[in-house]
Amino acid sequence: MSSTATATIDHHHDPSTTTGIPNKKLLMWTFLASDCMFFGCLISTHLIYRLHPPPGNPSPREFFNPPLTSFSTFILLMSSLLMALAVNAIQRGNVRSMRHMLLGTIFFGCIFLTCQVYEFTDFVMDKHMTITNCILGSTFFTLTGTHGCHVAIGVLWLTLMYIRSFQPADASTNRLWFGRTLLHIAGFIAAIGLTMYLVLDFVHMAQAGTLSGYLGKDALAIAGAIIAYVGLNLLTRTRGAVDFGEANAIDVESMGLYWHFVDIVWIVIFTVVYLLEYI
Amino acid sequence: MEDALVKNNFITEGHPAPAKNLVLWRPTAKTGLMSWLTTVDHKRIGFLYGISGLFFFLVGGVEALLIRLQLAVPNNDLLTAQQYNRMFTMHGTTMIFLAVMPLFSGFFNFIMPLQIGARDVAFPRLNAFSYWVFLVGAIIINLGWFMKDGPPNGGWFGYAPLTTKAFIPGHSIDMWVMGLQLLGVASIAASLNFIVTIINLRAPGMTMMRLPVFTWMTLFTAFLIVLAFPAITIALVELMMDRLFGTNFFEVSNGGLPILWQHLFWVFGHPEVYILILPAMGVISEIIPTFARKPLFGYPIVVFSGASIGFLGFAVWSHHMFTTGLGTMATAAFSLATMAIAVPTGVKIFNWIGTLWGGHLKMRTPMMFALGFLWLFMIGGFSGIMHAAAPADAQQHDSYFVIAHFHYVLIGGSLFGILAGIHYWFPLMFGRKVSEFWGKLSFWVIFIGFNTTFFPMHFLGLNGMPRRTFTYDSNMGWNDGNLIATIGALILGIGVAIYFSVMIYTYFKGERVGRDTWDARTLEWSLPCPPPEYNFAVIPTVHERDAWWYEKHHQAEIEKEKAAHAKAEDAHGGIHMPFQSIYPILASAGLLVAAIGISVIDANPAPGIHLKLGLVLVGFAVMFVGIYLWSLEGVEGYHIHPDPEKDHAGSPTQEAHK
Repeated sequence: MSSTATATIDHHHDPSTTTGIPNKKLLMWTFLASDCMFFGCLISTHLIYRLHPPPGNPSPREFFNPPLTSFSTFILLMSSLLMALAVNAIQRGNVRSMRHMLLGTIFFGCIFLTCQVYEFTDFVMDKHMTITNCILGSTFFTLTGTHGCHVAIGVLWLTLMYIRSFQPADASTNRLWFGRTLLHIAGFIAAIGLTMYLVLDFVHMAQAGTLSGYLGKDALAIAGAIIAYVGLNLLTRTRGAVDFGEANAIDVESMGLYWHFVDIVWIVIFTVVYLLEYI
Repeated sequence: MEDALVKNNFITEGHPAPAKNLVLWRPTAKTGLMSWLTTVDHKRIGFLYGISGLFFFLVGGVEALLIRLQLAVPNNDLLTAQQYNRMFTMHGTTMIFLAVMPLFSGFFNFIMPLQIGARDVAFPRLNAFSYWVFLVGAIIINLGWFMKDGPPNGGWFGYAPLTTKAFIPGHSIDMWVMGLQLLGVASIAASLNFIVTIINLRAPGMTMMRLPVFTWMTLFTAFLIVLAFPAITIALVELMMDRLFGTNFFEVSNGGLPILWQHLFWVFGHPEVYILILPAMGVISEIIPTFARKPLFGYPIVVFSGASIGFLGFAVWSHHMFTTGLGTMATAAFSLATMAIAVPTGVKIFNWIGTLWGGHLKMRTPMMFALGFLWLFMIGGFSGIMHAAAPADAQQHDSYFVIAHFHYVLIGGSLFGILAGIHYWFPLMFGRKVSEFWGKLSFWVIFIGFNTTFFPMHFLGLNGMPRRTFTYDSNMGWNDGNLIATIGALILGIGVAIYFSVMIYTYFKGERVGRDTWDARTLEWSLPCPPPEYNFAVIPTVHERDAWWYEKHHQAEIEKEKAAHAKAEDAHGGIHMPFQSIYPILASAGLLVAAIGISVIDANPAPGIHLKLGLVLVGFAVMFVGIYLWSLEGVEGYHIHPDPEKDHAGSPTQEAHK
């Protein structure tokens, strides 16, 4: 093949398609239209049961914690900003900057998920609203849980894209790289899991006033998290050209469309599930 | 960065010989079982859909015959009430989701890319994944036949709370829920692919208003699937949560509303009716112009009618619920919308009649089925308008009148479309033609059998015979009608048997035909029969709506154009073919394991390991690995250079017998 294609890519026009819209982008748009109907039905279910509460259905105001949810909403919206910056970076061919922005997006997404885990634990353990004991619990947990799954899938996708950006251009090292990738994935799972556990445990112990025993109880988890972070840092120290660049911008952009969509859905959920209760 | 920019995705020379890397293994078999399991060729995937669809069509047909035999005489005891419930549930589910939808999906796969001058769909591996997930869903729904819980018995509409754990314990409904959920995934994935393909992979000059009508209907159907299936997905999620985790969505004692299921189900269910009929309308719109020797009358109107049917299809769902007490306003609104949807449908009928008018009609078998479609679908349409009037519907609701109506639409409409399409495209798919005598014989037997079965049901319904009853007393006045209907069903069964025996015979021994068997008008007929793996040796340039007709009548111009394009394409490395892939079927196998875990295994933790959770986790892990490796292996492919002498596409005078 000729090696003349050195000009930068036009990210707004794909000459190989009839309309000029890249296939992957069109696929993602159509999928998101489908996902709109998906969330639309779930949100409708919640609103219908909100209008027809059975006797004894608890009032959401007894449970909700608006400052916490506002905080996590803000974080999720800011993650969209980072996602947009990541897309922008890779469209300019700046892989290093894209990686930083992806890490930021992953970090913010994890903060949102941590808040949701805290919120669910709070509702179930302390306020005794479960998925089975009232219709509010059924609709609330199913709706926000489904959204949480979307965020978690998004975080997974971001992580895998981040790891993919280290694939060396030299294909002869592919098998070695694949081994590193598995380590990389394991590192992320350990780091995210342990950190979420440590933060949540810290908060719960602080609330219970037993913080003094924290270091003793969680020493092992802290050590594990530190090892995971060091490992992740070491794995990023690679040399040589990578098989990832401006040509992959469409992959990052499709992922970004998904991530923004999940944020927009949360704006709707935050409004009609949480804020509506305070009008 | 430059490296990434100039990276070449394609191995440029020769036949597929990808490096056999342990991690990213790319299968290369071109024949045998492995080639089918790993195929990404839209034509082969179309065959897979078609064969599966035909198999389930026969299964659903046997179920229908059992239903009819049970009802042949009053107080019959061929089936118990419970078995009867299972039969009508599985008959409806099978025919809609496992027969008609995959059969049309087969046509979409095989025909649509050929009609727009594409070499494949936009995402070949996703296309394979759609098929395998469909197969997994079909397996899960039918697992009940081999288990103690038996197949599902809650009706194809699965009305909750009837289908909740309190009323139907055991796993049969779990399998139904999980199976439908997977079919939804498969249908949506396939539809996304078709939408992108039609919008983005058209040949040069193939503007939207030059698309063949079948392709237009594929596009509308795909949009309907993408927008309607999420509603049933959510309904099934809620039912599954109720059954597995004890939520209260349909638990009336805790405030659950049964009407919610009906709304969610029919928000999906009514567009589904158009998902089943629009493709048939597309097939008819191809066949009638071909055999009337005229361009389609009022092409833009036919297309816009299809669009308005698709659009209005989302605004009429509550006409399935007129007797639930929606209130006067809602009933009136849905009544009006339902009547309104008859307008574009009627417009289409008139356009087909307009195409026939003054044409040189060639009465071949596909044309017979197409004209049969016109008559029978019209009758189904007339009884449909009767249902649109809410007061009349209240009388007909849940009676055999409704059964008569929707079988006229679904057999007389969808199935006749499929049977016509199989006859029409059989020469293109296999290079052989069905004998006219046997084709026409099967048509007449099917036509007579069908009308004998379902026309009496109008009277049975108006005389008060309710649906879904497994038997009746002899003093109700329903004896004659039921006996006639059962005899008709047997005739229909014989007709279908003739039809498919002739097909099988033709596949092996039929008369060989060359290119463009019917002297047709659209691009798929410009190809050799059967088409080569790469479809078009040279991507065609479209000058007119009936692109192939134009090519046949401007041969010199087209020859010159093709020669120039062939040269240009060869200079760019030849025809790009994607490598096969093992990962779509691997990911689907993971889904199968997880779905069995969710729907078949008891939740009680066995001592030692928790089998249910374990299977689900293992299944999803396998699926994840499949999808991850699938994304890592990338869109690589190889290039081929077809011999221009051997296959000079575009010249209708040269027949390529293969």
